Formats: sequence, C-alpha cells, structure tokens
Amino acid sequence: MIKDEEKQPTTPVRRQSMADYLSPLVRDIKPSGIRRFFDLVSTRKDVITLGVGEPDFVTPWHVREAAVYALETGKTQYTSNAGMPELRGAIGQYLNDQFAVEYNPADEILVTVGGSEAIDLALRAFIAPGDEILIPEPCYISYSPITALTGGKPVGIETFAKDEFKLKAESLQAVITPKSKVLILCYPSNPTGGTMTYEDWLPITKLVEENDLVVISDEIYAELTYGSKHVSFAAMPGMKDRTILVSGFSKAFAMTGWRMGYACGHPDLIAAMLKIHQYTVMCAPIMAQYAALEALQHGLEEKDRMVEAYNQRRRLVVKGFRDIGLDCHEPQGAFYAFPSIVSTGLTSEQFAQRLLDEAGVAAVPGDVFGLGGEGHLRCSYATSVTNLTEALERIGGFVHRLKQQA
Amino acid sequence: MTELQLKVLELLKEDARRDAELIATMLAVPIEEVKQAISELENDHIIVKYATVVNWSKIDDQKVTALIEVQITPERGRGFEGIAERIYLYPEVKSVYLMSGAYDLLVEVEGKNLKEVASFVSNKLSPIDAVLSTKTFFILKKYKQDGIIFEEHEGDHRLMVSP
Repeated sequence: MIKDEEKQPTTPVRRQSMADYLSPLVRDIKPSGIRRFFDLVSTRKDVITLGVGEPDFVTPWHVREAAVYALETGKTQYTSNAGMPELRGAIGQYLNDQFAVEYNPADEILVTVGGSEAIDLALRAFIAPGDEILIPEPCYISYSPITALTGGKPVGIETFAKDEFKLKAESLQAVITPKSKVLILCYPSNPTGGTMTYEDWLPITKLVEENDLVVISDEIYAELTYGSKHVSFAAMPGMKDRTILVSGFSKAFAMTGWRMGYACGHPDLIAAMLKIHQYTVMCAPIMAQYAALEALQHGLEEKDRMVEAYNQRRRLVVKGFRDIGLDCHEPQGAFYAFPSIVSTGLTSEQFAQRLLDEAGVAAVPGDVFGLGGEGHLRCSYATSVTNLTEALERIGGFVHRLKQQA
Repeated sequence: MTELQLKVLELLKEDARRDAELIATMLAVPIEEVKQAISELENDHIIVKYATVVNWSKIDDQKVTALIEVQITPERGRGFEGIAERIYLYPEVKSVYLMSGAYDLLVEVEGKNLKEVASFVSNKLSPIDAVLSTKTFFILKKYKQDGIIFEEHEGDHRLMVSP
C-alpha cells in the first residue's frame, strides 16, 4: 500500500537565479581574455589596432561575385550534409596539389561552418569524459574550452621563444599519461607565427605512434608561410589515418565572414563527425560553398599576391620591434609577430593596457593564449603598411618613455 | 628589368612616398641595392614621375574632362607620330593614345569648364590638316583611375580585436 505523502510530487529545489539553470560545464568556462580586451578597445578612438586575427583584404571580387551569382540563380537550398560534391572534389585536388595529402572527396572530406566547427566536431567525436587532450601553448583560444565542454581534460604543453615556439618531443613526452588521447596541433601558429618542418615533426610522429594518440591538426594558416613550404602533419609518414586535418578559406583566401572550413581524415572518423554535423548544422551555407569553389578554381594567384604582401609586412614588423629593442623571434607563418616585452618589466596585461592608454595601439596580451604566452604581445601585421609604420613609431615612443621612467 | 626592379616598382606604384629604407626592409634586400634599382629606373625613364592622384571633383565642380576620338590621315614615313606630338604638346591635353579600331587617337582634354574644352576642339584640334574628324565625350564622373577607386566603400569593417 502506498502512503498518501509518497504520492505527492516532490517539490523541486527552487533555483535562486537563471544562471543556476546552466550546466556546470558551461558555467565554468572562463570568458576569453580576448573578449575582455575587445570591450576595452572598442570604447577608444584613434586607436591603431594590431589586435585583429583576420586578413585586412576584402574577399576578392570574383569570389564575392560568384556568391551573388549563386543567389541570383536561386542557389538557396540545403546541400549534401558533407558539402557540395564539386567543392569537396576541389578541396581534395587543392590539398593534393599544395600539400601532397590525398583524400577521397566521397567519404574523407567534410565541409564545415568555418574551421571552428571542424575543431568542435572532432573534439566531440573523440572525447569521452576523463580523456586527456594535449595542447601545445600559446595557442588559439578555443581548444581548451571546447575540450572542457565535452568533458575532456585539457593539458597544456608549454612552448618557448628560444625554440621559435616549436613543439618539442621532450615537452610532449613529459605530459603523456595513459589517459592521453588527442593531440591538437596548430602550425603555423596563432599567436606565435611558429611553424614545424618535416624534421621538426619526425620525433612528434614517433611519440604519437608509440602512445597511440589521435591528432587534430588545425592548419588554417597553412598557405601563409614565408620560409619553407608548410608541411602538413597528415603528410608525415604513417600519420594520415590518425590525423584529422582541419583547414578552411578564412585566412588564405580572406574569407573569414563566410564561415567556410573543412575537415579531412579517415572515413570512420569523418563519418562520426558528419553525424554530429548533420544533426547540428545540416550543411554549410550553399552560397558560401559556391564562393569557396570559385576561390579554389580561380583564386590562387590572388592568394599568392596576398601572401607576398603579408611577407613584406612581416619583415617590416620584426625589424621594427628589434629596432625598438624588444626581442622578437622571426615568425615563419600566419600573420602574427609575438615579441617579448619582458625587458620592460611589465606583465603582458599591463603592457597591453598601458600601450592602449598611453600610445593608442591595441595588441593582444600574450597570456590569453595560455602557457608560455605571458611576457609576450600578439601583434597582427594584417594591416596596411601605413598603419604598421605608425603603430611601430608609437610603440617605439612608448617603450622609450617606459625605459626613461625606469 | 631585374626581379628586384619589378618588385620595387610594384611597391612604389602603391605608394610613391615609400623610401628606400622601407622598401629594403619589406623586400629583405640591402638598402644600397634598392637605391641603385630606383636610380636605374629613374635614369631609364621607367619611373617617369612621382605624381599625386587627385580627386578634383572634391574641390572644383567646374573642371571638366573630355575624351575625344580623333581620326587622322597618317603622314608618309612618320605615321601618326608627328600629328600625335602636335596634339600632346598642348598643356590642356592630359593623355593621348594611339588606338586600334574605328578611330586613331584617343585624346583626353581637361578644361576649366565646358566652353574651354569646346573651344580647344574647334580652334586647336579640328583645324589641324591631318585631322579628319573628332567625336567629343564629356566625362560625367570618375569612379576609378589607374586602379584607384575614388569613392572607396570597402573600408575596414573588422572588429578591433579578434582571436
């Protein structure tokens, strides 16, 4: 027999605020340090910004025109979940031509909403609660929070200016445990501009093999290298099957706002990512896919022209910082310089804040990018030569005044 | 033309005020080589002049520019050269091109106002013996000149700081 009081519905614990409804996983994610700095900068006028993580070029007109034409001819539907077959074919061809990695467009390439979605899909596909995800830092700010969101444990691996921020085998070895599952790589690196050569990769591939890791290789800056050509991790011997290659159109083709990225890998892995993709976003926007196709078919010369312009500015900025008296390793990729500001006696946050207040230049304090970022400043040289020259002059004056005060 | 000269030209074409030091840094070559490349380009009249692109419509509403198609009887032995010279020596003539197609010379003429250009055509250009006919087209608005867009709408719309 059931007693009366047991039939009563149990009264739920009343939540004190709306925030109490949030999942602890989400609640515990710290807002990005970049966001905070953005809020600070956007209140200011007459600021020259070196804080922008996207090209200063507008998407070339023929690419924009291809999207306009797609709209005019009624291309407004869903596409195949994995992306238009023509586009996947063009991506496969492009990766083969440029980086000597071969993927079957039928089941090894997935078109995503920016490289960001591809990273999210890969992490969600791989991580079970408790898995450890190894992340060389300083690095792009999303890997660690997304890892945490999936119940994984992010494990930072510090890299150093003296090594040009390359990932060293001994540093990787030091953090590997039986729970290690995924290694996230981002070379050329945002924020350091560091790159990895074939020889740099070799000892890493050995550890990946020995410890049976899977790799998410974010190669969004692959086209933007200035010394030697980019070596895709997936192109390293034995690594293709255990690597998800993530890239996209944002940086090399100046298409950030289009949100066009892709992931390539073993059919079993891509199929798993495709499952999440089809239930969350269905497909990438069709007009952006047509634009991306145009970029691959007719945009390579324009891309090379932009890369040459970045290279010229890179030289200007590195020399500028060294002339000012700030140590600056020579970035071999992406469009960031990552000078050290340690000699000024300020922390990254203090330096960035005062540089903004006293000299009207915005740059991102290095500590927001994780281990090894403190003591540095991320300066994007994706801006005009005129702006760069003026910014360097202002930074020079600021550092000079700092040293006089000291 | 060396590769360095070509690169120097491209950088100066974007901004003629760039000095040898800046160009040397951007191209990662010794400054002396850049200086030499520039002086060679100047001596060979490959760099003809360092001029400023001006959007006159912002300050002077009256100023007009016309493009004039001119048909000509060429001269034996000299072709179009002599006539072209007689035309381009006038200071009001801004440019002269020899064209393929239905006419021979395309002449760009600038004047303080419409009347001045009309007077140039009827009193200076048409009376030249070799000139068979002229067709004058007045420019109503310049959108782009020498690769430079006059009313740029594609400003920098990026966020001040982004990851």
